[in-house]
Amino acid sequence: MEFTEEQLKRYSRHIILPEVGGKGQKKISGAKVLIVGAGGLGCPAGYYLAAAGVGTLAIVDNDTVELSNLQRQIAHSVKTLNVNKAESAKQTFEALNPDVNVIAVKERINSRNILNLIRDYDIIVDGTDNFPTRYLINDACVMLRKPLVSGAILRFEGQVTAILPGEGPCYRCLFEEPPPPGLVPSCQEAGVLGVLPGVIGALQATEVLKLILGKGLPLKGSLLIYDALGVNFRKVKIPRNDNCPVCGKNPRIKELSDLPEEYCSI
Amino acid sequence: MAVKVKIPVPLQRLTGGREEVEGTPGTIISLINDLDRKYPGLAERISEGGKIRRFVNVYVNEEDVRFMKNEETEVKDGDEVSIVPAIAGGGVFCKKGGR
Repeated sequence: MEFTEEQLKRYSRHIILPEVGGKGQKKISGAKVLIVGAGGLGCPAGYYLAAAGVGTLAIVDNDTVELSNLQRQIAHSVKTLNVNKAESAKQTFEALNPDVNVIAVKERINSRNILNLIRDYDIIVDGTDNFPTRYLINDACVMLRKPLVSGAILRFEGQVTAILPGEGPCYRCLFEEPPPPGLVPSCQEAGVLGVLPGVIGALQATEVLKLILGKGLPLKGSLLIYDALGVNFRKVKIPRNDNCPVCGKNPRIKELSDLPEEYCSI
Repeated sequence: MAVKVKIPVPLQRLTGGREEVEGTPGTIISLINDLDRKYPGLAERISEGGKIRRFVNVYVNEEDVRFMKNEETEVKDGDEVSIVPAIAGGGVFCKKGGR
């Protein structure tokens, strides 16, 4: 595939980077990335990946846009209130970059559809807001050996890590189980500074591009923690857990299952 | 000098908004219980029956205590302890609450 004049201009600031070049930009154009959740994290991550020219970008979300989302979910607007979020994000990303094949998947991801949804993609981005889906995505990515860039946010703090199944630890090596439902407050109760998912989603997009390009050190085996109030970025190590229930030596989890809905009540 | 303990945002309301507090050297579990005397409620959110909860990790100088001596891991003056909960857009440390 050769770039058109217009594409050369559009991606010129990438192509000029020795670490990217025409070759790297072609890798980006050929990449297929799936983002779960068109919310606080999925919007900025998808926005930057669309701008970067990722060839195929799928967004999975079955929610509709509400006014209270617009404080942080920057791919949506008052024009797309009540519209499905994946569809709303698709419109925004296509307006930014028509090169990108944006696929809106208006489904709620679950144990029955996840493997088929992610199978054809190179990299998965977790931008979900609840534990059941987070663990489900991790387990499915481990089973299909899909690289996963995971991000999470709360109030003024965010966490990011890249999971490369077979090469490094998974999310269950980090936190074996989700917290019990009783200890999880609602999203409304917890709150989040609107720009925080912007920072974390942009970090996720950065990790995706690095994986596509094969450049730099992937954020594997480490959890990056951002504390907006204290202005701290710190990393802690995630050792691979031999007893991990999904990627350890004797995995107990061999099939996908959905956690009870109570877990979802955030 | 003491042990520096990094408190995650969801627990900072128990420490009067402080993101870093000072603890006493010893084992991790004694450090947590000691902090609980100063900041009541902290221990039960991090541990249960003397064991660190499974959705909370404790790191000493970036190393996960689960791969050292767990609750019995010794910390000394100058060590930095981080308490890191699993988060997912909601939170984990609040008491049971409505939507």
